[in-house]
Amino acid sequence: MTEWGPRLPDPRMIAGQAPQIRRTVAAPPTPTTVPIPRDTGDEPERDSIVRPFIVTGGRTGPIDDRLRVETLVAAAPAALSAPLNFERSRIVRICQRPASVAEVAAYLGVPIGVAKVLIADLEIEQLVTIHDHAEPHSFLTRSVLERIRDGVRAL
Amino acid sequence: MSVHSEPRAVASAQAISAKIIISGGFGVGKTTFVGAISEIEPLTTEAAMTSVSEGVDDTSGLESKTTTTVAFDFGRITLDESLVLYLFGTPGQERFAFLWDDLIEGAIGAVVLVDTRRIEQCYASLDFFEEAQIPFVIGVNHFAGSERFEPEEVRDALGVPDRIPMVNCDARDRESVKQVVIALLDTVIVAVG
Repeated sequence: MTEWGPRLPDPRMIAGQAPQIRRTVAAPPTPTTVPIPRDTGDEPERDSIVRPFIVTGGRTGPIDDRLRVETLVAAAPAALSAPLNFERSRIVRICQRPASVAEVAAYLGVPIGVAKVLIADLEIEQLVTIHDHAEPHSFLTRSVLERIRDGVRAL
Repeated sequence: MSVHSEPRAVASAQAISAKIIISGGFGVGKTTFVGAISEIEPLTTEAAMTSVSEGVDDTSGLESKTTTTVAFDFGRITLDESLVLYLFGTPGQERFAFLWDDLIEGAIGAVVLVDTRRIEQCYASLDFFEEAQIPFVIGVNHFAGSERFEPEEVRDALGVPDRIPMVNCDARDRESVKQVVIALLDTVIVAVG
């Protein structure tokens, strides 16, 4: 135990199936011992599953159920100068052009559920916007579908 | 070296997205199909499905979880500055795809790819989409050296009703893949009316 709380194990030392420490904090904690980022640019990472749960404080579901795998997320340029931890600043950079939840997850190397939690938190803090789609099928009007078909034809 | 060029258009801050699902048995060519039409190299992401072990002594305050991660590939097409289409391949282990409704939810529809050498491998997909009443088309993916069947022969073998389009498909060929996607969109447009 350190003076800031339990010492988080270095993820590199953990075998994949170690028990997760569950926290009950509502807001995402800033990890006191930040896992050393294996940042190789925007290539997808193959990290152990343990690390993402540390990042999200043990939460596996987002507060916001508007987030589907294809939902687009956009970050304002101003968000680049916010003081954010490693994963969150990467999301803000990735989303300078609208990117889907799935793309955020792929580039961060985290599971979809973790990406949703991080994105939902960033939206609450008004650092990203989530591009709403209407009720499940009502936005798929004939005219949108025709636009999609015409767009595919034109490829 | 990527053969994918820069996207023609960049999605604006008001862009919306849609998706179609590419399904079929293991090794049938889902990722190839996605890659043939995607503006980016297919990306891989994963979903964690967690089950909590029962009967675990948790006096220590720790929970023991078994986490299975299921990987799937996807691609993207920016159709114009306000519309992005995603293609999501179902996970390689077909049985996991249907545990994860998030992937399918809200999709325009699906493409079920069939390998005529292993025709039974698409049954799970066909059953799932029919059960869920999700529009789909069948792409008969031809592998080099395999016997070439007429779509109607495959239709008979699969027991698929006439209302479901069945098209020959070469998952490596962009034009062929486009035609399959367009067939799906046409099906959905007709149904919307």
